[in-house]
Amino acid sequence: MDALYIISAGSLVAVTCGLLGCFLILRKMAMVGDAISHAVLPGIVLAFLISGSRDSVIMLLGAGIIGILTTVLIEFFHKKGNLQTDASIGVTFTWLFALGVILISVFANEVDLDQDCVLHGEIAYVPLDLWITESGLILGPRVLYVSGFVFLVILGFIILGYKELYLTTFDPAFATAIGISTVLWHYLLMAAVSLTTVASFESVGAILVVAFLIAPPATAYLLTSSFPRMLLLTVILGIVVSAAGYYLAVLLDGSIAGAMSSVAGILFLIAFLFSPTEGVITTRIRQKTIKPNA
Amino acid sequence: MEDLITFFSFQNPNIRFVTGGSVLLAISSALVGCFTFLKKKALVGDAVAHAVLPGICLAFLLSGTKNPIYLITGAFITGWLSLILIDVITRKSKIKEDTAIGLILSVFFGVGILLLTMIQHSGNAAQTGLDSFLFGKAAALVGDDLVIFSVISICLLLGVILLYKEFALISFDEDFAKSIGFPVKRLELALTTLTVLAVVTGIQAVGVVLMAAMLITPAAAARFWTNKLSIMLLLAAIFGAFSGVSGAYISYVAPSMPTGPWIVMVISMIALTSFFIAPEKGILYKLIRQSKIKKRILTENILKLFYQLGEMDSNFEEQRNIEQIQAKRPIRTPALLSGLNRLSQQGFLKHHKGSWQLTDQGQKKGQRIVKLHRLWEVYLTKYLRIAPDHVHEDADNIEHILTPELEARLEALLQYPTSDPHESVIPYNKPIKN
Repeated sequence: MDALYIISAGSLVAVTCGLLGCFLILRKMAMVGDAISHAVLPGIVLAFLISGSRDSVIMLLGAGIIGILTTVLIEFFHKKGNLQTDASIGVTFTWLFALGVILISVFANEVDLDQDCVLHGEIAYVPLDLWITESGLILGPRVLYVSGFVFLVILGFIILGYKELYLTTFDPAFATAIGISTVLWHYLLMAAVSLTTVASFESVGAILVVAFLIAPPATAYLLTSSFPRMLLLTVILGIVVSAAGYYLAVLLDGSIAGAMSSVAGILFLIAFLFSPTEGVITTRIRQKTIKPNA
Repeated sequence: MEDLITFFSFQNPNIRFVTGGSVLLAISSALVGCFTFLKKKALVGDAVAHAVLPGICLAFLLSGTKNPIYLITGAFITGWLSLILIDVITRKSKIKEDTAIGLILSVFFGVGILLLTMIQHSGNAAQTGLDSFLFGKAAALVGDDLVIFSVISICLLLGVILLYKEFALISFDEDFAKSIGFPVKRLELALTTLTVLAVVTGIQAVGVVLMAAMLITPAAAARFWTNKLSIMLLLAAIFGAFSGVSGAYISYVAPSMPTGPWIVMVISMIALTSFFIAPEKGILYKLIRQSKIKKRILTENILKLFYQLGEMDSNFEEQRNIEQIQAKRPIRTPALLSGLNRLSQQGFLKHHKGSWQLTDQGQKKGQRIVKLHRLWEVYLTKYLRIAPDHVHEDADNIEHILTPELEARLEALLQYPTSDPHESVIPYNKPIKN
């Protein structure tokens, strides 16, 4: 049962992150996802302090706002300050993360958070943190509900806004010409990434969020050039990564989040070397077989 | 105050180690960071910082000890490997650099966490404290660490000083460096090596995530104050050193405060302040300059309107009210009013109740702007062969920035045309020469 709970929680987060990640990596915003996942830390700490509990909507909202603020700051320094994008990202998220760590130190007694769980997260605790109603009914792990809810929200967002997201990603000029605001959809996407990051933060940790955001979409990108197929492959890869990662972790007696990232990396490596169209080795073999005839 | 004196007398060896270590780390990362910043590779530092973790764990697994030399070697190897892999992925596939960085960063770190937890679960007692590499332990620096830091920092400083010219060239113009026969590949490798070294040592003070700040933030702050590389390096080093001392001091005064995050906090504050108040490049400076230009364009446009209205009913002395002006060109009322007031103060307009009238000075200025506008329209249609109905907007912009020298050259080049492409008369002060 525990295995099922953990793998489903991992899959939900992986699929949610992966779907958003497809848009991020095609928009060359992979590192913005990384930045948000670190920069929401002060938001999470503040939300803990204000709401006094872990599972409130205030927490999602508060930290979501910090996430959007991060992207606004990055844009601001880049546009108004002429700071190059990568430096703008780097300065902003490290500053906010430092603020978060300092806040944790200041309110160490009131906030039940430590640096370890922030970075690597502890998905192993998923089955322990059950949602129990006042009448004593056990409804299953709380994380499943939170990540399930976020998954539905993000899925709805992508289905409803598919055309707009697609156009602003692939042809922003055309999108603008037919009256779709690129700025609006940029920030909606950023809000979606913030929401996902915050919800996934304590269950899987910042680094696994980044791994889920980037690795399955990048792998799928190497395997197909059709965007809908890339989304579908990402979903499949996300589930495979979660399941294989869990069993790898059990086998090696190590961190589940770490094992899931490792599996995601291995799958990418396989695609990088052997993708039928893009693979480094497949291309080399093809070149060799063509040469004698030429 | 007492704290301040105890701290800065550096009598206590502990204070000496923490401060010395933090400052050395901050300075060496700031210097190397300047070059990665200029090469627009600021975030590779972040990737390296995450990628050293598996190296540290592997070194521990293989050697069985926490000897810093082994750990640093392990960290160095995987850190270096991560940069090579990012380069290979970007060159050999359609994956973009930022995706490659994020991918390598999270996968290497994930592998590192997996190894770290395996070591922890194995019950090996020697492993305690291995995870201080994750979060840094500046406040727990001891003499031995300082010796290693100093040696590495001195190597870094020497590297930067010796290869200063070469690094400058590959940072600014790689193609040129290649064309004059520089060993660009080898220099890149040297810079990569120095970056990894800086990250490997720096992580022990500030931790994985904040290491990126030690590289990027001082460089970004310094860049706002200067265009000269040597001064940028110097400033970045000073900012780094200052934040190192401040971080150590804050965690000395308030022991529950973490040193690393405070170092980053201080350097970020320096950077944010620089972004806003630095002369020339600062955001405030730019905003002020923009609003000045906007105001000037507005006042010039108003004078032009008065002149055009004067032309229409051949009476330049006529008093005009707001409605008349807005009928000719819709300018928002508050902006228009403040523009009119400014012009009255400057003596270009005379204010009567609710209406305004051009002064002699105002007439001259309005005339000049109208002339520039129409001259430019002639120039565009005649020399750039742009259709007359497409030239108005461009002329509307250029009329505000043409200097008297350009004006004279335009007049001579076009031989004092009498009318613009829309058959409006071009007004001159001086008689037209034949």
